[in-house]
Amino acid sequence: MLQLYLPIAEVSVNALLILGLGGIVGFLSGMFGVGGGFLITPLLLFMGIPPGVAVATGANQVVASSISGVLAQVKRKVVDFRMGGVLLAGGMVGSWAGVSLFSYMSALGQVDLFVQLSYVIFLGLIGGLMFTESLRSLLRARNVARGAAPAPIRRSHVHNWIHGLPFKMRFRASGLYISVLPPLAVGALVGVLAGIMGVGGGFILVPAMIYVLGMPTKVVIGTSLFQIIFVTGFTTIVHAINSHTVDMLLALLLIIGGVIGAQIGAIAGTRLKAEQLRILLALLVLSVSIKIAFDLFLQPDELYSIAAGVLP
Amino acid sequence: MRLLLLLLALAGPVAAEETIVTGLSQNRVAITANYNGSEILIYGAVKRDAPAPSPLPVEVIITVEGPSTPLTIRRKEWVAGLWINRDTILVDAAPSFYAVASSGPMDEILTQTEDLRYKITIHHAIRAVGITSEAVDSEEFIAALQRLQGTADRYRLEEGSVQLTDQTLFRADVILPSNLTEGDYRVRLFLLRGGKVIDDQERVIGVRKAGLERFLFNLAHQQPLLYGVISLLLAVAAGWAASAGAQLLRR
Repeated sequence: MLQLYLPIAEVSVNALLILGLGGIVGFLSGMFGVGGGFLITPLLLFMGIPPGVAVATGANQVVASSISGVLAQVKRKVVDFRMGGVLLAGGMVGSWAGVSLFSYMSALGQVDLFVQLSYVIFLGLIGGLMFTESLRSLLRARNVARGAAPAPIRRSHVHNWIHGLPFKMRFRASGLYISVLPPLAVGALVGVLAGIMGVGGGFILVPAMIYVLGMPTKVVIGTSLFQIIFVTGFTTIVHAINSHTVDMLLALLLIIGGVIGAQIGAIAGTRLKAEQLRILLALLVLSVSIKIAFDLFLQPDELYSIAAGVLP
Repeated sequence: MRLLLLLLALAGPVAAEETIVTGLSQNRVAITANYNGSEILIYGAVKRDAPAPSPLPVEVIITVEGPSTPLTIRRKEWVAGLWINRDTILVDAAPSFYAVASSGPMDEILTQTEDLRYKITIHHAIRAVGITSEAVDSEEFIAALQRLQGTADRYRLEEGSVQLTDQTLFRADVILPSNLTEGDYRVRLFLLRGGKVIDDQERVIGVRKAGLERFLFNLAHQQPLLYGVISLLLAVAAGWAASAGAQLLRR
């Protein structure tokens, strides 16, 4: 047992446990291209870290594991920087709107419920859609392999009204020639949710890039991570200045575990088929959604909770 | 005549006749990176000018109290199928840590009026003025606060943990937890007889962060932008190093 007292969180924690936690989240991050913010914050809270510190320090850790993950993807030349930049531009506007919405809900006094419901609805929706879609394509691939059914010609994307929009731009790495408006809108929407839920938004961004923008799965991971670096980096600085809740010692432990985990995750990701990768991410997203839904619907053991300070 | 004198002695003020002298094993606690709780020895003696004035035994109660902060207590309620936070109570000041050690069962050695006067038990140490107007069952919120802090090992009641020898010497070990908050910890010692406090004394233990903990805490509060940038650079460097390391391993 290697106990370590954290200067900002003001609790003593087991250093090895935190390293392991960072490693698991980093692994998922490298494998799926999600930042892991939607996992790290609840896990840190469960370990007794105060909520403010958990959110801010989680963001700092996500920066490190995303950089580690994105560099692994850059080597493979599967990062669409142009698409990442367009998403980021939308994301900045969106996250500003999201933070404003968050303060408005705080003033109404139901921000907890608001955040929990957002988690349940968006994670449930995205997880469910991804799960059914990837299961279908997995089964189809299996049938084809058996030679039982003739393979329908699969297109990477279908032409629809989205392709009629103006301001077209060529995204070479993704093999797309589409209007910049849909990626800007996707970026903005993800930014709003990220601002509300206090996460990088990778779990929304990844499926949106696959299903809305029609990007190939192998490009999506690196591009999503690239965008997340900037969103979480921005969040870290804002938290450090406004609330002094970034715990550097806690972040360091999470980071060391996280960057190693991200490298292993990136390697593990290449061993899996795109459908398998999507189905696993869908299951992960769904299980977090179900866990939060249970908290809302089932009677908790302890009805009372304590929060430091006086609420506004 | 003798009986009358004894009765007078019992009824009259006895405070002047018995006093306590106390000491602490340490009056400073430094929180360093490897801090994992500490044990403080509190000891003392009952000083008498004359033989014990009463046949009733003396008892000792020791309280250790951490810095107080305002708190919000919330309760979940079942609304339209969901469990959401509904009623809220604001507590003006509740200690971040509170330990009570005594030489015997609290309800036998301390009367309720004396408890109220000196605010000895945990319940009286929580200052919550006007909470009754915030909720009908405000007492339940305070009980919940005590229960939650008790499970978190922040509030403790250790009856009989003060060792009292020959009605004169006493000692107690109080363990400070690992999730300690910085600040001045107030140690109060009460000498009791027949449920009444006959002497009390106050001591202070200064709990401060030291070394790396002190440095990081100060930096975070005095140079927040610099602190944020360093945290970010740390993340960037670690992310790059891991990627470079993995590249080397693959070769």
